[in-house]
Amino acid sequence: MALTIRLKVVLCAASAVAVGCLVAGVPPLRTLLSVFPAQAEQASPPGAPPAATAVTAAGITLHSVSVDLPGSDRMFPGADADAINNNCLACHSAGMVLDQPALKRAVWQQEVEKMRSQFKAPVDEHDVPAIVAWLAAHKGVE
Amino acid sequence: MFDFSDSRRTIGRRRFLQGAGVLGAALAAGPAWADASVTLNLPGGPNEREFTTSFPEKGRMILQRTRPPLLETPLEVFDQGVFTPNDQFFVRWHWAVIPDQVDAAAFRLAVRGHVNSALSLSLSDILALPRVELAAVNQCSGNSRGLYQPRIAGAQWENGAMGNARWTGVRLRDVLDRAGVKAGAVAVRFNGMDEPVVDGAPDFMKSLDIDHARDGEVMLAYQMNGAQLPLLNGFPLRLIVPGWYSTYWVKMLNDIEVLAAPDDNYWMVTAYRIPDTPGANVKPGETGFKTVPINRMVPRSFFTNLTGATTVKPGASVPVRGIAFGGDCGVARVDLSVDEGRTWQQTTLGRDEGTYSFRQWTAQVAAPESGSLTLMARCTNTKDVTQSAEPTWNPAGFMRNVIEHVRVPVAA
Repeated sequence: MALTIRLKVVLCAASAVAVGCLVAGVPPLRTLLSVFPAQAEQASPPGAPPAATAVTAAGITLHSVSVDLPGSDRMFPGADADAINNNCLACHSAGMVLDQPALKRAVWQQEVEKMRSQFKAPVDEHDVPAIVAWLAAHKGVE
Repeated sequence: MFDFSDSRRTIGRRRFLQGAGVLGAALAAGPAWADASVTLNLPGGPNEREFTTSFPEKGRMILQRTRPPLLETPLEVFDQGVFTPNDQFFVRWHWAVIPDQVDAAAFRLAVRGHVNSALSLSLSDILALPRVELAAVNQCSGNSRGLYQPRIAGAQWENGAMGNARWTGVRLRDVLDRAGVKAGAVAVRFNGMDEPVVDGAPDFMKSLDIDHARDGEVMLAYQMNGAQLPLLNGFPLRLIVPGWYSTYWVKMLNDIEVLAAPDDNYWMVTAYRIPDTPGANVKPGETGFKTVPINRMVPRSFFTNLTGATTVKPGASVPVRGIAFGGDCGVARVDLSVDEGRTWQQTTLGRDEGTYSFRQWTAQVAAPESGSLTLMARCTNTKDVTQSAEPTWNPAGFMRNVIEHVRVPVAA
């Protein structure tokens, strides 16, 4: 599939696969999107954080915000987890899945298909059976 | 007067003691672990969740997902008062590309589409518009999803994907009027600065019918509880849709588009749909029902000072306290039952902070001499809609509002 993953993930993927860098404990992925205008960035020395700005009007001040969002290094456990680790962690951390209730295999199949068809997750169709198999084995119910 | 800090210690110690039995001496050294996790009450589990303090501008939250963040408000926060502190207000994002910097001076809100003149408004422009303030509950469509049976895939919230704040900002109507809505407009679509991780995935957008958008209640908030919004709660601007589920309360709002045709975007026509049935209720596995976009909230009430993990003394007079909200209108009454719903007594309502706000309720009941004190709380709203006596179900796990039960053991 030729889907482009946005820059944030590509950076990560450059060191290995997206997952590899999570494992390696690369610092939390930082969003490269910024609403700072180009001229503001040029005015600052390279590497310096943009000057804190604020807007004050009608008695209220709103301060610019710059934050770091934490990442997660949690992985799906087990020898059968390669497919799920390689395909699923670019869009969301593992905890979301690990905290799901036990669900029927057919429900897991639908969830994986939903990620691919509706949310455009770049999951190779050849990996789908292994992902569903992991989910059914570790988070499944008869 | 209830002392929150003491309550926290009690909960922490209980959890510590529970854990010590399993994990033994390794944990005997200190109570730090006691507050490191919480055990939820989701049928069938998993129920262990970490507490996290790792998120910017946020305090101690239940970690439901790191990326994109899903952070749940711990139950005890709701016992402190009807307004939820900003740093413990729940967090829910759909996509992982969330701007981590927002320059207040450079920020612009676009107002465009089926209007006479497109606008690009700075925060100064917006602050200069007539200011309005409103208390309103913001509740995730899927709040309490983890309590449904059969269980449903999705964010496994207990009851903390909700919060109440006093929102300060401007009327959406005033913003739309500045642009001049053209005849023939049917809806208004809202988009924030977050983006999907992969190209081609549906950007998160929501829309409201034009009359709803112009009703004078829907607003753009630049403050919650008297302070600017935490980034994860939508800084610098968030859409406030009083009485409607949080999915419409678009965060980091920077684009408003007036539409001359119904919105056909994914998040309106495919996601966030409910069965068009009474109470959005269907049988598990049922198909073939018509669906509509989720919309107005329904009444709920919660116990905030008692859980199944607290105890009461035999025959004691027990203060019972909680919060309620009417959904899309005010709270008319909250009734309490100590006999599995056979009889009900009216509770005392706290101060009215506004139609769409949480409302505290209190009552005093007598504990039995042994066994357990079983309590049920039931909110009826000012449209005379009352909570569902039996759990409903729908495929996405939305709109849960069954009457809450709590069984408190009697222990000398």
